[in-house]
Amino acid sequence: MTDLIQRYGRGLSWLSIGLTAFWLLALVILPYLGLFEQSFRPYLPVDEIGGPNDHYTLHNYMALFSNPQDITLCLPGKDTIPGSPIYLPDLVVNWPIHLYIFILTIVYSSVVTLIVLMLCYPIAYCMAKVMDPRSLPTFFLLLVIPLWVSELMRSFSWYIILSLNGPLSTLLMDLGILSAPVRWTWGLCGYSGIMVGLIYTYVLFMLFPVYNAMTSLDSNQIEAAEDLGAGWIRKHWRVIIPHCKPGIASGSVTVFMLAASSLLVPSLLASPKSRWFTEVIQQWMFESHDWNSGAAYAFLLLVVCTIFVTVMMKLFKVGLSDIAK
Amino acid sequence: MSASVELRSVTMDFGKYRAVDNVSVKINPGEFFSFLGPSGCGKTTILRMVSGFIEPTAGQVLIGDQDMRGIGPNKRPTAMIFQNLALFPLMTVWENISFGLEVRGVDKTTRRAKAEELLKLVELPGVADRFPSQLSGGQRQRVAIARALAVEPQLMLLDEPLSALDLKLRQHMRAELRAIQKRTNVTFIYITHDQGEALAMSDRVAVMSRGQIQQVDVPQKIYNTPANGFVASFVGENNKFTGELTSVSDGAGKFKTDVGEFTVTLGQGVSKESKCRLYVRPEHIGFAGKSKSHVNAIPVTVEDVSFEGNFAVVLMRDKAGRRRSAEVRNDPMNPPPQPGTSTTITFDPDKALVLLDSEAVAYAERD
Amino acid sequence: MRNKFRHSALLIYCYCFLALMLVPLAVMGGAAFNDSKFPTVLPWKGWTWRWFVDLYNDDTIWQASFNTLIVAIAVVVMSVPIGTAGALLVNSLKGRSRTLLYALMISPVLTPGAVIGISTLLFWFKFNVPAGLHLSVFAQVSFIAAYVMLMVLARLQSFDSALEEAALDLGATHWQSLRRVLLPHLYPALAAGSVLAFFQSIENFNATQFTRGASTTLTVYVGSKVRTGITPTINALAFILISITVIGALAYEIRRRRIAARAAEAEA
Repeated sequence: MTDLIQRYGRGLSWLSIGLTAFWLLALVILPYLGLFEQSFRPYLPVDEIGGPNDHYTLHNYMALFSNPQDITLCLPGKDTIPGSPIYLPDLVVNWPIHLYIFILTIVYSSVVTLIVLMLCYPIAYCMAKVMDPRSLPTFFLLLVIPLWVSELMRSFSWYIILSLNGPLSTLLMDLGILSAPVRWTWGLCGYSGIMVGLIYTYVLFMLFPVYNAMTSLDSNQIEAAEDLGAGWIRKHWRVIIPHCKPGIASGSVTVFMLAASSLLVPSLLASPKSRWFTEVIQQWMFESHDWNSGAAYAFLLLVVCTIFVTVMMKLFKVGLSDIAK
Repeated sequence: MSASVELRSVTMDFGKYRAVDNVSVKINPGEFFSFLGPSGCGKTTILRMVSGFIEPTAGQVLIGDQDMRGIGPNKRPTAMIFQNLALFPLMTVWENISFGLEVRGVDKTTRRAKAEELLKLVELPGVADRFPSQLSGGQRQRVAIARALAVEPQLMLLDEPLSALDLKLRQHMRAELRAIQKRTNVTFIYITHDQGEALAMSDRVAVMSRGQIQQVDVPQKIYNTPANGFVASFVGENNKFTGELTSVSDGAGKFKTDVGEFTVTLGQGVSKESKCRLYVRPEHIGFAGKSKSHVNAIPVTVEDVSFEGNFAVVLMRDKAGRRRSAEVRNDPMNPPPQPGTSTTITFDPDKALVLLDSEAVAYAERD
Repeated sequence: MRNKFRHSALLIYCYCFLALMLVPLAVMGGAAFNDSKFPTVLPWKGWTWRWFVDLYNDDTIWQASFNTLIVAIAVVVMSVPIGTAGALLVNSLKGRSRTLLYALMISPVLTPGAVIGISTLLFWFKFNVPAGLHLSVFAQVSFIAAYVMLMVLARLQSFDSALEEAALDLGATHWQSLRRVLLPHLYPALAAGSVLAFFQSIENFNATQFTRGASTTLTVYVGSKVRTGITPTINALAFILISITVIGALAYEIRRRRIAARAAEAEA
């Protein structure tokens, strides 16, 4: 603090404190607290707001556990993998529908994060340690193009490709592989489109942090491991992956957060069976106009993301500054 | 215009750590004054207090008889030359030099002319439009000096500015700095841990240790009559002897050690009871060839001779196993003893100083 | 030998990945010229410009683009000073207070856009500020300022504070020292931060969706059009966006190669 005044003088110090305070208070902390407070308020007609019924309640959160419906659980079977040898009978449970969507969103987002990590790790390794450094800038630049073209366009492109009479079906039919168009987005219990969309849209948010972590690894360390007789699995497991932890944690947090809170991908690449938790939030906000329940569900989403960040930090033993890069 | 500087009982604490402990000193206008001491002795803290980057915890800093408390660095008549020079990398040489004038609202033509003039003063014409990164170390040094002079300071503060240069250039810049100081007659306060620099350039030197001034004097006095053991061992080399005074009379005495008893001269404040040691400089040690019956003689074995050109350093061991060294002038007619020979070294009583141990002595002990 | 084989396999995988990243964009762009009501490249029904003409005649698109631009400019104007101030503040702190402030500043980056949007909407509604693009600006600034902060902070860490002291010592005021010494050092980060903020704002959907009220931005408009029926005008728009990106990338690449060639020449 005294250091600040010493370096920048009183006027500039107060200016930067003022700007930061506006940011953190008016744009971050108070709105978050407001969201938290409002999530405990009941949804009332306008004339009853402030009346005797306007007291704090857990009702909005309990909505998550109410309204049970018969749900056919998604298990390996005819719906998931066509022609699968494993064939389990349909399992029908009576679960609260929102809870089911909530859990499914978390599970699918985690799976997407894992797939994206497995896709990116070899590429990051290749870019950092194998590829000719002269061709790297061009490769990098081409990779960045989808990033600049925007999230919307990235998900939109798969909407086109995967549509029923779209290019993929037509191409495969022209080649004689398919005899009829396929509903690509209906696989994996109705989540295949969303999965593909999420992976394509957010894969680069994993690639760049892992790549950055990988470049900071001294190649001599890899050579030393090889020199000491480490096989390639051990080399990666004991030397490279531990070094890339901050990058992996950072990428995982970003991808999970973006996937779980995505609005565009689940609405563009939906199937009749797919629901995403953000869609439920949108429903509360725009269709039911119940902002308080919307706040409660949004808060739940925030809690999930916070837990994910905390778990990743503990799991990978990294600090917040490693994650936010 | 040059200003005097006075520190009155200045103390600086950083948390629990006392960096400067009750320092008082007066620096005259136009003087080249050095603070000499090991790293961590508080000399840089003193410089930063004079320049105004920090305020002392207690005591007063006066520049030209005016108390500086509450006056920021940009309001003081000082100019600093930083250890890493701190030239602005994104400005050209002339913009660097005239920055102090720019912030005072001087117009561009005048600034440019002033910059050229100063570049001539530091003997570096023709580089005005280059960037600092395009200059050599010595050239950057000169630009930093010119930049500091541009604001016509009454007081220049130099924080080990030569430490980044190689030996040859450093010696050249010493003379240069001294010449510039005499030409401009600005008061210079110079911070260094290099005794050679301090002795060669300064009008007066303050030797510091552990936040306190040990001695303030002209360079000759610092070297020849050090105030205490710390000054003697920090400035120049010394052969040190532990022991005790056995008799004292009129500034002289007898000092008893485990290699014999010597006739010695007493330093400042030494009495029979004080904790003290005997110091003899290597260049004051001679080899007993002709005068066999010398008053101070120690038998030794020569271990190594290193030839330095104009002189040679003879390393020896006395019979208590301690290392002793002597410096002898190069004289082909009279070569130093060969390694392995046994011989006797001698020194005159008036070159054998018994000095007080200060607390700092233990701190500066290196062997 | 085995290593070499593995490396070739890796390289092939990399180029396949790159192709898979680019093919969807090509398909999307190509569909802009297909004379088919539904956006697709296959089956090809003949070349047409009509989707570009439709796009040009779509007033809502023009209005949405204008809105997007205004929001993006407002976001840049707000988030760059705020992010810079935040970076200066965090950089001058140490220990616990630094960690806490840093965590607070980073939190919007790790928060879902929907949460940011809804909390902004509810908060300002309490003060009777209705939904609208001004709230979208606030919602976007809350996390985009954090990106700017991170970029400026990284640059600040390579700054030698002795330069500021030198400026003050030469008589500069704090403001002059900031303007002449610190800001020039920060310019690359500020420029990069502005560009990032601008594009982040343009492509933002989640936070904007909940705060925009009745107004619409380009991304929100296109996103909502998906539900009401997509025509290849969207592909025409996509083609334009892709073209701009590719031209930008090409320009960058040519410049880079020229600089590299010059560097190689200087070395030889």
